[in-house]
Amino acid sequence: MRMTRRTLAALAFTGSAVAALWGAPNAAAQQKEILVGAQCDRTGPTQITGTVFCPAVQDYVNLINSKGGIGGYKIRIDEIDNNYQVPAAIEAYERHKQMGMVSHIIWGTPQALALNPRLTQDKIAGTSPGFGSAAAANGTKYPYLFPAAATYWSQGGAAIDFIKRKLGGDLKGKKIAYLYYDNPAGTEPLPVINDIQSLEGFEFRTFAVPPPGVEMGAQILDITQRFRPDFVIAHLFGRSPALAMRDLKRSGFPLRKVLGLVWASSEADISAAGGMAAVEGYSTMQFTGVGPDYPVLNEIRAMYQKEGKPVPATMGTTVYYNRGILDAALHIEAIRLALVANGGKPPTGEQVKNGFEHIKDFTLGGLLPPLEITPQDHEGGGWVKVFQVKGGKFVADGDWFRGYRELVLRHVNGAGS
Amino acid sequence: MFYRESGVFKTSYAADTALMPLPSTRVGAALAGLLFLGVLPLVFGEYGLSVCNLILIAVVGAIGLNILVGYTDQVSIGHGAFMSVGAYTAANLIVRLDAPFWLAIPAGGCMAAFIGTLVGIPSLRIKGLYLAIATLAAQLIIEWTINHVPAISGGVQSTIQVSPPSIFGQALTQPWQIYFFLMFFVIIAFVATQNLIRSRIGRAFIAIRDQDIAAEIIGINIARYKLYAFAISSFYAGVTGVLYTYYLGIANYEQFQLTVSIDFLAMIIIGGLGSPLGPVFGAIFVTLLPILVRRFLETFGGYFLDYSDLAAIIPSLRLAIFGALIIFFLVVEPEGLNRLWRKVRAYFRTWPFSY
Repeated sequence: MRMTRRTLAALAFTGSAVAALWGAPNAAAQQKEILVGAQCDRTGPTQITGTVFCPAVQDYVNLINSKGGIGGYKIRIDEIDNNYQVPAAIEAYERHKQMGMVSHIIWGTPQALALNPRLTQDKIAGTSPGFGSAAAANGTKYPYLFPAAATYWSQGGAAIDFIKRKLGGDLKGKKIAYLYYDNPAGTEPLPVINDIQSLEGFEFRTFAVPPPGVEMGAQILDITQRFRPDFVIAHLFGRSPALAMRDLKRSGFPLRKVLGLVWASSEADISAAGGMAAVEGYSTMQFTGVGPDYPVLNEIRAMYQKEGKPVPATMGTTVYYNRGILDAALHIEAIRLALVANGGKPPTGEQVKNGFEHIKDFTLGGLLPPLEITPQDHEGGGWVKVFQVKGGKFVADGDWFRGYRELVLRHVNGAGS
Repeated sequence: MFYRESGVFKTSYAADTALMPLPSTRVGAALAGLLFLGVLPLVFGEYGLSVCNLILIAVVGAIGLNILVGYTDQVSIGHGAFMSVGAYTAANLIVRLDAPFWLAIPAGGCMAAFIGTLVGIPSLRIKGLYLAIATLAAQLIIEWTINHVPAISGGVQSTIQVSPPSIFGQALTQPWQIYFFLMFFVIIAFVATQNLIRSRIGRAFIAIRDQDIAAEIIGINIARYKLYAFAISSFYAGVTGVLYTYYLGIANYEQFQLTVSIDFLAMIIIGGLGSPLGPVFGAIFVTLLPILVRRFLETFGGYFLDYSDLAAIIPSLRLAIFGALIIFFLVVEPEGLNRLWRKVRAYFRTWPFSY
């Protein structure tokens, strides 16, 4: 009896707490503030990226706000963790929409695909740099989704172009192995590479690593002992890139003949494989500049020093940190362009989308590629840069480049038709 | 409340087999109907309704899993995969044959029921943890198949886009339209399950759960009813998959992975195994709790920390608090939230003369 009464009291308390929380006013209602909604994954399967990427986004916004914001407006990027789950991503999106966001930072490939119809319906631009569907590079078919960085198709084209240069300009009779994580993202570059193969006449074989990618001994043996390729493309995620580097090295394969695509390329992967010294020669493909020597990063370090705080350790993982800067910077640049176009009044989602489509000559001192986003090309050109591990750090191997652009564009324009 | 149930006499067989024998249940059901069909859609904005929609979809799946795990005591951790079977069946029908929702939803359910029955065959020989591992294998096999057969998954991205459901040519895109659309299926699922459990099939399920050898001795064909349980439960899972597909606008196998199967098991265990309202409470609890914990941390964390520091802490803290609350509720009420609900109901049933 008494138990029941106590239970009742507890239930009533819980109920009222829930109601109170639901109705709690949100801080976004302040004046002179523009809200960007951001999703993140600091706890789920992609936390290796999220724990660096998302702090970078916040750091960049703090930097912009410390300099007075954009056109008199403070920018706020509200972050909700989606744990790499689709329902959570929908909830986060709806929450940000309710709070009045003007653009959205998406996290995760299935999440980008699931949010695409909502973005179009609500006229809110979303970015998915380096993930999502490569077909979304087509701005006419995906009007509100911006990959805004080299898609898997562009990466595939660029990878073959890079290998061709490394192997002396002719791929005829050469052998290329493709070691990939066996999920939709892992197989996405294949149509492009297969087309190039029939053009260039090299031998091409794929080696699938089943999720979760923590065991690939058989594939590595197959590559190094049986196929003996001239070059290996590693398109891996999560823990598998480190494993691939370690196993390839262990079986005596020279790492200077390995190119990791964008998610097999961070300092975190390399330190898990035994550190920079252990993977000397490994080449990585990047869609942002790598390393700590960029003016914007110096400004962020100066901001921390001025506040008397230590510079956060996340800045050490420059690959993901700089990608976070890219995503945040593109949103803020789009908002700036929208503010200019709108005469200084707060822009709508549609105006920010137009802002995205006018981003050009915006490289933050070489951190971003020379991208140019247009209403047709939401990828911004598909630029990448290869960095090689040399003497304990990443060294740029050539400048920003693209490979087989016409062929990639043919896929982009044909996609979804 | 203000009446005594001793005054309720049954004078006909119809009254004896009524779904809601007590007047209080009928009043409660009417009030719940008014609340969910009238008040909630008016009070909640778009965001509130979108959260409700996620809960409604989860309710259908949880009710289905409860038939298998709660009533028949057969474990399945392959329900995420059964959902993907339903999702891809429906998506293919919608895209290739332009099928309307009233065809796509049952078709998705039936295909999932078929696959679920196949997966259920091992349950005739093994039970408990061994069966759990067999269904886990099914989860992985189905995931792999969908990912590698372009005829099912529509090519490279394993993603099929579908248009929203439409009634009389009117596409359902607004959250409140989707809300009523989903609510329709939740009501059907709930009432159908209630009736199923009172039927010959349902009683056989419960007999198998309580003691399978005894059930066999009194003449229940165990093989048949175990497969029935798998088929019916998978049908619900398939329907859940189709509803997810309609709600998200895409069928994508990455949203039906093992964690989803575990989430649904968590829902029915927290809600109360083998109880009618358990899956409903469980689905609400598991969907809503992470959101509320985050809102709580956002609202009060701002007084102590900068936003960028807060943003770094919330995701981890949310998972920790979510886990702790699940343990707390299970310790306080091992039989689930439904038991808590029954206690409250029992209190009010005799109130104010409880002695």
